[in-house]
Amino acid sequence: MSAFTSQNRTLISSATLSRRKGKIAYWTVWTLVIVVFTLVFLGPLYWMVTGGFKSAQEVVANPPTLFPKHPKPENYHTAWSELKIARLLFNTLYYAFGALAFQLVFDVAAAYSISKLRPVLGKIILGAMLATLMIPSAVLIVPQYMTVLDLPVLHFNLIGTPWAIWLPTVANGFNIFLLKRFFDSIPEDLMHAASIDGASPLRTLWSIVLPMSRPILGVVSIFAVVNVWKDFLWPMLVEPDPKNQPINIGINSLSQGVPENVLIAALAISALPTLLIFLLFQRNIMSGLTAGSLKG
Amino acid sequence: MAATTVPENTTKRHAGRTSGPGGGAARTGLSRKVRQNLQAHGFLIGALLCFLMFSWYPMIREFIMSFQETKRGTTSWVGFKNLNRVYHDPYFWTAWKNTAEFTLYALVIGFLVPFVVAIVLNELRHARAYLRVLVYLPVMLPPVAGVLLFKYFYNPDYGLFNHILKTLHLPTSQWLDSSHTAMISVVIAATWMSMGGATLIYLAALQNIPGELYEAADLDGAGLLSKIWHVTIPQTRMVLSLMLLLQIVATMQEFTNVFLLTGGNGPENSTMTVVYMVYQYAFRYNNFGSAAALGLFLLLVLAVFSGLYTRLSRNSD
Repeated sequence: MSAFTSQNRTLISSATLSRRKGKIAYWTVWTLVIVVFTLVFLGPLYWMVTGGFKSAQEVVANPPTLFPKHPKPENYHTAWSELKIARLLFNTLYYAFGALAFQLVFDVAAAYSISKLRPVLGKIILGAMLATLMIPSAVLIVPQYMTVLDLPVLHFNLIGTPWAIWLPTVANGFNIFLLKRFFDSIPEDLMHAASIDGASPLRTLWSIVLPMSRPILGVVSIFAVVNVWKDFLWPMLVEPDPKNQPINIGINSLSQGVPENVLIAALAISALPTLLIFLLFQRNIMSGLTAGSLKG
Repeated sequence: MAATTVPENTTKRHAGRTSGPGGGAARTGLSRKVRQNLQAHGFLIGALLCFLMFSWYPMIREFIMSFQETKRGTTSWVGFKNLNRVYHDPYFWTAWKNTAEFTLYALVIGFLVPFVVAIVLNELRHARAYLRVLVYLPVMLPPVAGVLLFKYFYNPDYGLFNHILKTLHLPTSQWLDSSHTAMISVVIAATWMSMGGATLIYLAALQNIPGELYEAADLDGAGLLSKIWHVTIPQTRMVLSLMLLLQIVATMQEFTNVFLLTGGNGPENSTMTVVYMVYQYAFRYNNFGSAAALGLFLLLVLAVFSGLYTRLSRNSD
């Protein structure tokens, strides 16, 4: 993101902007953009948080009110206890970080093996893994569900267990691709030096490759957590028990019998963790997104 | 291996003993190779098993299931019966039409808006970080929060959107409650929630355009629009076309937004997408064979776009 600091020449030249007319036009547009964007992107969130404070009548009042007249913080308390949001949030965290752990261990090991240990058939295996990126995920939902219902050979039924969410996330061709490309850029000399010193492949991975790979591990981790956090259809299918559902499905299935103001308070609570994570790590998240998006 | 370089010696030794040192070296070399390979495959095994079970096997199974039917616990081959059934489903074309409509709206709104926003953001010199965070904020919401919030805004009686329209003296809308506006309402909500990602990608692409091109265009007396048309768009063409394909593939698999906003069908089946129909076949009617058959149709259509995407992204490397 260094391009932001050293401003490149863009559509409109600085010469045009430094003229009086240019300055007026620039600041008018700038103010307009700031106001409109704040309204469009922050406005709904403001409405959500304040909506959670409104009374049952006020939240459906016409015309709507900008500030809650008699703020009712107890809505948040009701939402927290009645919708059992603590439980739903815990489930989501449990699934997200479990998936992260599995992806880090298995995908890193696989990418390291293909990139540095170069086993027989490694290229073909990598090709088969990348080929899965071309299959639209929605198409595989039904056979995947059948697989989880009765695991081939082992005949386990994973429905209702966290494994049904954790294990399929490992089969992520994009992760393997990102990791493998990064490992490829680690000089071969370092590997040789390590093996001459008698380091085992695991040791080399642990003390040489992983410490050098922090940026890519960060990107993969963020994607892993966010993907689980945002997924809807799959967890809805494989976690039918409301006790085990992540926040997306839990709130939706409970939303029917709950007053609107309490529901909105629940939405605000559910949005808080990811928004906080985002504000804390926004630099990493946004640069990871642009780094990993198209060029891979 | 070393044995071949010194043929004289070894043949003599071979004549004397059955396993000479050359043969021994080859064997330890071989066993080291086997050991290294075993190690390497040991590192692969976890991911490999997951791919096998949750990706490769389901891919094959998708095809098999399309030609099978399970009744009272017994599975039998039924040939093209499933494909035939879904093809003649009265809602087959409705679902495709809705999916196409969603994709079209998503392209007009979800493709154009982030690009325009990126161009504007790229021109601004102040508070850029704030604006970037702002645009990306909704992406981080759990979908249920964004969707149910929009459902509340869309309410025709007390929703915020109709109130805004009314204060601006514009005609109000039934939003999700009318078959005419339900789909576009879904697209607006979906765009709000996800445009941040595309905007940031376009912004990164815009920053890679060499400034000299704009300077040259200025010297030629080009106006703002003609600079966008002749410099900005050609310079970002690769990213634009990749994002276009990516978005087609993604939006044609739409499920979550229509499911949460309109219950899937929508008024008069106006938001029933193909994936929602797959979902219905499988998890409402328990007809997994037909669900797989419908999935196969979707796969065929999307394979074209996926193939194009892979081709383009390989060229761009």
